[in-house]
Amino acid sequence: MSSSEAPTTDAAADGAEEAEEAPRDEVREELLAAITAELGDAVVGSHIRVDDDLWVRVDRSAWRTAAELLARRMSFDFFDFLSVIDWLPSPFGRDMDAQEDILAGAAEAGAPDASAVDATESDADPEASALVTGYAGGDTRFQLLARLYSISRGLGVTLKCDLPDDDLSAPTWVPVFMGANWHEREAHEMFGISFTDHPDLRKLYLPADFEGFPLRKDFPLLARRVKPWPGIVDTEPMPGEDEEEGA
Amino acid sequence: MPMLLAIELAYWQETAIKVAVMAVLVPTTALILGIVFLFKMMSWMQSRMGPQEAGPRGLLQLLADGVKFLQKEDIIPDAADRFVFKAAPIVVLVSTFLTYVVVPAGPDLVIENLPTGIFFAMAVSSLSVIGVLMAGWASSNKYALMGGLRAAGQLIAYELPLVLAVTGVVIQVGSLSMQDIVWAQATGEIFGWGGIGLPLILTQILAFFVFMAAVQAELAQPPFDMPIAETEVVGGYHIEYTGFRFLFFFLGEFATAFAFAAIAATLFLGGWYVPGIPPDSVWANVVGPIALFVKIMFVSFLIFWFRFTYPRFREDQLQTFAWKYLIPLSLVNITVTGIVVVAF
Amino acid sequence: MTLTESQQLAYVAAQAADARVNLQFETDDGMTLNIGPQHPATHGTLRIIVRLDGEQVVRAEPYPGYMHRGYEKLCEVRTYPQVTTLVNRIDWLGSFANEVPFILAAEKLMDIEAPPRAQVIRTILFELSRMANVSLFLGDLGIQLGGITIGFYAFRDREFVLNQIESATGGRFHPNFDRIGGLKDDLPKGWIAETKRCMERMRTFCDQFETLVLGNEIFQARTRGIGVIPPDVARSYGLTGANIRGSGVDWDLRRDSVPPGLSYDKADWKVHTHPDGDSFARTWVRLQEVRESTLIVDQLLDAIPSGPVMAKVPRIIKVPEGEAYVATENPLGEMGYYVVSKGDLVPFRVKIRSASFNNISIVPWVTRGVFVPDMVTILASLYFILGDIDR
Repeated sequence: MSSSEAPTTDAAADGAEEAEEAPRDEVREELLAAITAELGDAVVGSHIRVDDDLWVRVDRSAWRTAAELLARRMSFDFFDFLSVIDWLPSPFGRDMDAQEDILAGAAEAGAPDASAVDATESDADPEASALVTGYAGGDTRFQLLARLYSISRGLGVTLKCDLPDDDLSAPTWVPVFMGANWHEREAHEMFGISFTDHPDLRKLYLPADFEGFPLRKDFPLLARRVKPWPGIVDTEPMPGEDEEEGA
Repeated sequence: MPMLLAIELAYWQETAIKVAVMAVLVPTTALILGIVFLFKMMSWMQSRMGPQEAGPRGLLQLLADGVKFLQKEDIIPDAADRFVFKAAPIVVLVSTFLTYVVVPAGPDLVIENLPTGIFFAMAVSSLSVIGVLMAGWASSNKYALMGGLRAAGQLIAYELPLVLAVTGVVIQVGSLSMQDIVWAQATGEIFGWGGIGLPLILTQILAFFVFMAAVQAELAQPPFDMPIAETEVVGGYHIEYTGFRFLFFFLGEFATAFAFAAIAATLFLGGWYVPGIPPDSVWANVVGPIALFVKIMFVSFLIFWFRFTYPRFREDQLQTFAWKYLIPLSLVNITVTGIVVVAF
Repeated sequence: MTLTESQQLAYVAAQAADARVNLQFETDDGMTLNIGPQHPATHGTLRIIVRLDGEQVVRAEPYPGYMHRGYEKLCEVRTYPQVTTLVNRIDWLGSFANEVPFILAAEKLMDIEAPPRAQVIRTILFELSRMANVSLFLGDLGIQLGGITIGFYAFRDREFVLNQIESATGGRFHPNFDRIGGLKDDLPKGWIAETKRCMERMRTFCDQFETLVLGNEIFQARTRGIGVIPPDVARSYGLTGANIRGSGVDWDLRRDSVPPGLSYDKADWKVHTHPDGDSFARTWVRLQEVRESTLIVDQLLDAIPSGPVMAKVPRIIKVPEGEAYVATENPLGEMGYYVVSKGDLVPFRVKIRSASFNNISIVPWVTRGVFVPDMVTILASLYFILGDIDR
């Protein structure tokens, strides 16, 4: 969980690399430069997929500032969503999958059964597997994820922010985007992130006395614990299944 | 006046017959309106079939529904005021029954030809407000309370245009008796031509319009159905009623619709009078009820046509409509009628 | 344009005040009305606790969650093709439209593209599910306002659209027809001509609705000026679909940010906006959308290229590592999936961004000071599907 290999720099480099070999995305690069110019060191990672999307990872202290900057000065005033990613590999591994799936996946994916075997092994020792984070990098288990849109520019930007394990809190976005209210409440109940200065941080979906944070990876999915999933391979093959699925 | 029956009956016999007729008449009319309009006409207007299974062409569906209601458990909420809760549907139904008393179906076919007939009908029909308010209050349910209060506000507001519209007719005829009003229409003449008598709708068209709008509101039918608006107050005052108590409200609603249609037919369309049949002949007693029934069905058609066509007003818009449009209109009607009656 | 400082402060102050109000619900004078979870106006199991002053709403607080099924968690244990079965049930009236963004996200991560024929048919089915969804909304609005007749008209004509969806996909409500790399099957014989007749019917329905409902004085009195949402508030809450276009924001993902895999560019159509931002505007925009939708379908039906409907994809689908967010303009608004893949059979994390969630989060804001009947109109015109809020 604590194994962070500082992927920030290579994420930034990754973006640069991609821009060199692929057609450059000038609009998003300009935007990234503008954000970096305003936030300075608070931008700890970024990633651009050409003509598609821009990921910016900011420091937690700049989470609110970034929102204000984007909303008020860069016309990113359309609030799309806010959520959290739990990067911890599931401590239950793939043991919830049917054995057929694992075998089928190993047999058919071309690549040798490495991944499948890995997956089965990893559940024996979840702590050993490294915390692999996605675009724009990440150091910690929980990462805030939010997306803003600029309707006038037709551009979207995905913001990320690492939350240290010992202090799962972030400044609220409600004063900037009123719509963040429910999204933060959902993140609060599902991941246990607290948002400082949130006006009304109650549970949204779950009953008030619910314990645990269902969307965390270490929260077991009881349905699967009780009854294993039959698997991708249907117990009863449907007629004509092969023609459809087999390319 | 010719007598239909030469037999002399004792007072108690006469009363017993009248009560029996009423007891049969009121549920029957509700049934007829329910089947014809609620089930059949409504479904045709909404491009669907309506009930098909119970009886020939589904005509017995409402009977089946009635039986179903009787079988249901009679639930009274714990916190309800039990006596008032039980009494409320009866109050509503009594008001409906009493309205039928004065409506004439022929020269002699009237339960009680009161000299103040129309006044009596207006008075007892507004009794149902009390029943509705009782139901809303006693149910100990917030939705019921809101529905009851809405109903009270609405019925009181629309009582006024209703009475004012009737006043125009009364001024023109010069009598409060419903029989006299029919006779005036039967013997009236249009510029000297007495072929069809003088249906008062011709002279009181404004009053007819105001009367029909007010009736729509009195009956709490769309577009004035906020007291029972199921998407807002979920049935309003009868939210807590089940089984036969609910059936009472249902009967009351449709029987009252029939009664108001009868009053409208009597006041504006000539009641039991049929052109060509002298009102003082014996035949008027035979054809009269049929003629009245046809006229009632026509008026009911109007009521239900509006009901199935329009969306619902908001409570304040309804009050605005009553106080700012209907009441001034009916006052204008009264003034004009008064001037014309005095001048000619 | 963003919110002014004072607007935000007022909002935050009100929120704080209301947190106290929540505590006083049972003891305070005034009336607290519990609307839902079983109430006809919430069509589903939305619960709204309303504090009333007479019939005026002081504060309305929605309590969703009565139908929360935890789809984001369930997605993590299903393989990519299995997920479509789940997400079908999010907005159950326009199910096919739910599958598309997820499939597109997976396609984007796998870097494959459906054959042109599949893309066009996908778009047609997408628009058909929009019609099936929005026509129900239009009928439902009539029912909410007490005019039940229009509801039956809507259901009658919606049936023809459902028939078309059924004859193409085999499912009326949950087609589960979209596949990574194309579609499950080709169109049946005679489907194109039949769909054109159906589109003709839908246009007749739109005309009927416009004269019957939008032209009705009572309807206008009930909806005009009710529940006005200014454009900046709409953006701040992330409203999408007809709700934001009804506020005058010209924003339609089908035109402005159409993801690869859908072929809206092959048709000539326009985006309708209405400047008023009230319930009437939202309804009007939705009605125009159905009409435009029929035009899109008509044009695309003529432009279906020949060819296969399925690209070459492996039998066992493994999605390479990466993250992608794909959103489409669904009947209710922007529906998007943020898919995080770790190169596995199953997605690592799926964030479902559903339209109704954002659209309904504005309810406390927009229902301040309205009457209870207006709340019903506002809820109906915001148009939510419970499964789309609760997921």
